[in-house]
Amino acid sequence: MQNYVFDGSFEGLLSAVFNWFERKPGQVKLQTEAAFQPDAFMPCLHIVNEREKADRVWKGLQANLSKATLRKFYCTYLSELEEGYTALFEFACYLFTEGAAIENNYGNPYVLALSKIAKKVEREKHRMEAFIRFQHNADGIYYCGIDPDFNVLPLIATHFKNRYADQQWIIYDLKRDYGLFYDLSTVEEINIDFNQRQKTTGIANAIVSEKEGLYAVLWKDYFKSTNIQARKNTKLHVQHVPKRYWKYLTEKQFEPD
Amino acid sequence: MSERLREKLNILADAAKYDVSCSSSGGNRKNDNKGLGNSHASGICHTYTEDGRCVSLLKILLTNHCIFDCAYCVSRKSNDITRAAFTVEEVVELTMNFYRRNYIEGLFLSSGIFKNADFTMERLLRVVKKLRLEERFNGYIHLKTIPGASEELIREAGMYADRMSINLEMPTESGLKLLAPEKTHQQVTQPLGFIKNQIVQFKEERKLIKSTPKFVSAGQSTQMVIGATPETDKEIMQTAALFYKDFSLKRVYYSGYIPISYDNRLPMIGSQPPLIRENRLYQTDWLMRFYGFHVNELLNDANPHLDIDIDPKLSWALRNLQHFPVDINVAAYKVILRIPGIGVTSAKKIVQARKFGKLRIDQLKKIGVAYNRAKYFIKCADSPYQLKDYQGSQIKSFIQAESQSKYLKYDTSQLILF
Ligand code: SF4
Repeated sequence: MQNYVFDGSFEGLLSAVFNWFERKPGQVKLQTEAAFQPDAFMPCLHIVNEREKADRVWKGLQANLSKATLRKFYCTYLSELEEGYTALFEFACYLFTEGAAIENNYGNPYVLALSKIAKKVEREKHRMEAFIRFQHNADGIYYCGIDPDFNVLPLIATHFKNRYADQQWIIYDLKRDYGLFYDLSTVEEINIDFNQRQKTTGIANAIVSEKEGLYAVLWKDYFKSTNIQARKNTKLHVQHVPKRYWKYLTEKQFEPD
Repeated sequence: MSERLREKLNILADAAKYDVSCSSSGGNRKNDNKGLGNSHASGICHTYTEDGRCVSLLKILLTNHCIFDCAYCVSRKSNDITRAAFTVEEVVELTMNFYRRNYIEGLFLSSGIFKNADFTMERLLRVVKKLRLEERFNGYIHLKTIPGASEELIREAGMYADRMSINLEMPTESGLKLLAPEKTHQQVTQPLGFIKNQIVQFKEERKLIKSTPKFVSAGQSTQMVIGATPETDKEIMQTAALFYKDFSLKRVYYSGYIPISYDNRLPMIGSQPPLIRENRLYQTDWLMRFYGFHVNELLNDANPHLDIDIDPKLSWALRNLQHFPVDINVAAYKVILRIPGIGVTSAKKIVQARKFGKLRIDQLKKIGVAYNRAKYFIKCADSPYQLKDYQGSQIKSFIQAESQSKYLKYDTSQLILF
């Protein structure tokens, strides 16, 4: 048994897979630098990122996996979970060892893990598509700050680009400190210097446009009006809209009337 | 100005909230005019009400003025309530501004009937036209067809709406007669039939001429109010099955009646809406649409009502033990689908996974099978050597005992109704 330590990047992960095939060291334990605890009794290899080798592994995955499984692979990576990295590594090694269609063998723990973790990530992607609430700022840009559990910005970019093609918008991941900016033609990654702006998920921002207050109020009113008291079911409500997302939601912000 | 708008929105959203036939799924309108919005086949629920229903569309009435007096409806003429009406511009502006902020997937527009059907339908049409043509809005639009409106208006509206619906309201003609003497099922079937034929016709034309516009591309749906009149579940689901067949409906919605009137033809104000029954009807609907069940298998003269304490699939299995146990490792997909505790996703995974070797209990659990429920109905690689020959009633009590703790966690206030 041996430790493999990589830097947490996609390239690093793929490089680790390549390395394993070059050296065939038997069973290894893959960890990120951030999580790694040196162990006196276990040898440890720091993976060097190598673009070319990583590319070859990625091509290999593309050639052997269906589109759906490739997507699961990528989503699992975006989970940023240690057990996700392990599952990806083991999955890739299993795939290339067998050299055959193993992607649907749900009896294998890593195939199953990929499927399960990817599902969680997809769920959060879907939730972000649902729970983002833009605020129309005075500079004409629709803005929203978020802090998702998983790194889902790369997954939601296309959705918002297609949907809001005629308005400028920014979606900012406050936790990972980067965002997406759409300028009416392309989506770019940006970093905002928050010394100027208040770091916020978007609500109660001082620089909102004039009409913004009205629509927020109308939306809150609407949310209240649609409720049917006789059917109230708070448990179900919280199941659908977990409390950790409430801070994004205009309809959940109540000021004193 | 904005105060009046607030007031209208409160009144007209409140009056629209009882209509449940509102989901944004099934749209596929691409944003290829560099305008605003698109709609997905799956739809997005942007938020949920405190009763747990999804809010994906701005669901409002154009007006709650109405010349009719249907007993089950808040907008009925004889009801003493504040009336309001939106202008076409107001509806358009609300929709656009809510959509731009990602509050909603689109608009669900219904209306009370002012003056007459055509006058009302014509205004609904103006709203959709303005949204599509002037605002270049590609989000989802669901229009309620006004019963009695002329075919030309319905036809034109169908060019801009993604879905149209017209509510059956009561599952049987006699039920409808009792509560809405001015209405008949025929008033509903006629436009449903017309729209269905138009959909077919436009599809045919699109095959020949690519530029033919789509017509009601997400199909049509209807809604039945449950529990206001004394229909059996069998009558309700047979009506549903018939409507699915005759009008190729995308969905039938079942709305548990919420008492809103002191009318003595109806359940008393304060009595609880039949939420569990409504849920069982939806489950039955799913079994018909996705699990290959025929309505007569689930409901028939011997079983005119769905069980309240167990779901319809388990109920069917217990009445049909001769089909079990099913061998997971050899049975056809369709047969596996009928096993209690196995849903569409796990059934698909089973069929994939067993190619790699016979499946064992622990693998089934990992795949997502509710094994404690399924175990009475299946055989797999390491099933205990001999399964005891249990009676349906015994299995039911085992399963209920197993899931008892789970049920106790639910709000008991909903369970004591029946
Ligand atoms: S016609 Fe429609 S809006 Fe008017 S009372 Fe009947 S159900 Fe209500």
